[in-house]
Amino acid sequence: MSAEHAEPASFAFDAESEAKIATILKRYPEGKQASAVIPLLYVVQKQMGRQTGSAWVPRVAMDVVADRLGMAPIRVYEVATFYFMFNTKPIGRFHLQVCGTTPCWLRGSDEVLRACKDAGHLKGYGDTSADGLFTLTEMECMGACVNAPMIAVDDDYYEDLDYESTVKLIEALKRGERPTPGSVTGRRSSEAAGGATALTGSETE
Amino acid sequence: MALSDKDRIFRNLYGFEPWNLQAARMRGCWDGTASILAKGRDAIIEEVKASGLRGRGGAGFPTGMKWSFMPKQSDGRPSYLVVNADESEPGTCKDRDIIRHDPHTLVEGCLIAGFAMGAHAGYIYIRGEYYNESVVLEAAIAEAYEAGLLGRNAAGSGWDFDLYVHRGAGAYICGEETALIESLEGKKGMPRLKPPFPAAVGLYGCPTTVNNVETIAVVPEILRRGGAWFASFGRPKNSGTKIFCIQGHVNNPCNVEAEMSIPMRELIERYAGGVRGGWDNLLCVIPGGSSTPLLPKHICDDVLMDFDALREHRSGLGTAGVIVMDKSTDVIKAIARLSAFYKHESCGQCTPCREGMGWVKRMMDRMVTGEAEIEEIDVLENVTRRIEGHTICALADGGVWPVQGLIRHFRPLMEERITAYKARNTRLAAE
Repeated sequence: MSAEHAEPASFAFDAESEAKIATILKRYPEGKQASAVIPLLYVVQKQMGRQTGSAWVPRVAMDVVADRLGMAPIRVYEVATFYFMFNTKPIGRFHLQVCGTTPCWLRGSDEVLRACKDAGHLKGYGDTSADGLFTLTEMECMGACVNAPMIAVDDDYYEDLDYESTVKLIEALKRGERPTPGSVTGRRSSEAAGGATALTGSETE
Repeated sequence: MALSDKDRIFRNLYGFEPWNLQAARMRGCWDGTASILAKGRDAIIEEVKASGLRGRGGAGFPTGMKWSFMPKQSDGRPSYLVVNADESEPGTCKDRDIIRHDPHTLVEGCLIAGFAMGAHAGYIYIRGEYYNESVVLEAAIAEAYEAGLLGRNAAGSGWDFDLYVHRGAGAYICGEETALIESLEGKKGMPRLKPPFPAAVGLYGCPTTVNNVETIAVVPEILRRGGAWFASFGRPKNSGTKIFCIQGHVNNPCNVEAEMSIPMRELIERYAGGVRGGWDNLLCVIPGGSSTPLLPKHICDDVLMDFDALREHRSGLGTAGVIVMDKSTDVIKAIARLSAFYKHESCGQCTPCREGMGWVKRMMDRMVTGEAEIEEIDVLENVTRRIEGHTICALADGGVWPVQGLIRHFRPLMEERITAYKARNTRLAAE
């Protein structure tokens, strides 16, 4: 965790985070509170996003989590660096996560990537735009394959994309809008594109 | 004969109706749950065995038998049900629909399964990326508590059962059941050696059964309509209905619940609008998620979609993620991208996987450009055999099977690519 970025000097949970933590800890049996390490790292990341506009997990916050759960700090560092969804360095306000795995690639994820680069002014995967708005990451399959290609913006999935619709999405984000997640082509969800072929209520044996 | 809507278990798969408890009850969820539990543990397990249900998470292990491994008498340790909602196999997006559109099928299934294995608590481990889905699931569980369907004397059954949602954080390996347990305990998701199996030593060192979302969510309907009803679909030992995820180069990609053993061609043409450019434009299909070896068109012409039929062709039903590729596809590149996936997702615990997945990916990258020797195809095949079966879990097996499938069915194409590369470069050198 050698840092080329500035690490904050301290971290403390705010009231909103504390309320969340209280409900999380109730889920696990007495003495098994280490189970809460992933949930608490999420709480940290969310709070950082709220407070600084960049959702990431500074090292000092990992220490706070270790202390709260009675774990050795190294056990928390291990978890924070093993799982891909924890950002161990600052990221842009919007995290553009492009699925590039085969099911999305077959449906044109290269075009989605190109759109992210063009509209977000990003050089490639791992890059954060100069204005700090976007960070671009390649994701492995995110489990929306019948609505490929797709990207996740933070926690929201946008599906059935192509170059134009991806540009449109990114331009909307720039304007401070948050388009409704899901398919951008008007599909309800995973029913056949062009109209459901099951659960139509009219199918006979 | 196509499956009719009345025989579909997931009647709200597409979310055309609300997911909430009231709507779920109108679809038949939570109907007579207490009387199902009143039949007793053994009767429930027998009925699930009679249904022929095999695990829907990829391995296809008989569910009733798995439940019967749980201790009948507690030695003082509690038993746990853990639901695997870490749906991450490329090509798979079925559990997501159950969770976001029909969560009460899963919640009710957890109570019944928990009771059948003597568990008073269950954890649903959902992949971190499914954040919005986890919000729905937590809300459905809260509704169930509110209505007395979970907690003390759940659904008036006399059985106490608590159910919790636990989000992962982006690691394919956590779909492996012992890695999932490690992760749930707050550690890196690295698989455990088996034995001991989770039914003996699982979560917190206690007896645990890990089941896939779809496996658990079909259980209430099986017990309401009878094991024989479920077993009436599909071929013997491959019975039931199943959610297929049909994607790639089809006209209308979709998820659909269909009967097991449906011919692949019928599945694709009836529900997904057929292959782009027509059936004759088909190159190959990965039939059951990324780990299952691809099948070229001539096999796809008449293969049935079930565990045994696909295994006869040295592939598998896996998670039933049907990835269709038409003739425009660079199939070497499609498989190379999967090799990159497995390299990325190796947890690094076992050397053959940690080193092997990277090596296979680099070899596959060269196969894509053709910058290789023809003999290296044999080297590649040989190394995959040395990786397979030599690691703690099956991730590396799943990582090499697609490559083996490619070599088995598309070796001439790989050779052609290498020859073309050589010809191009010899010409350039001469100029």
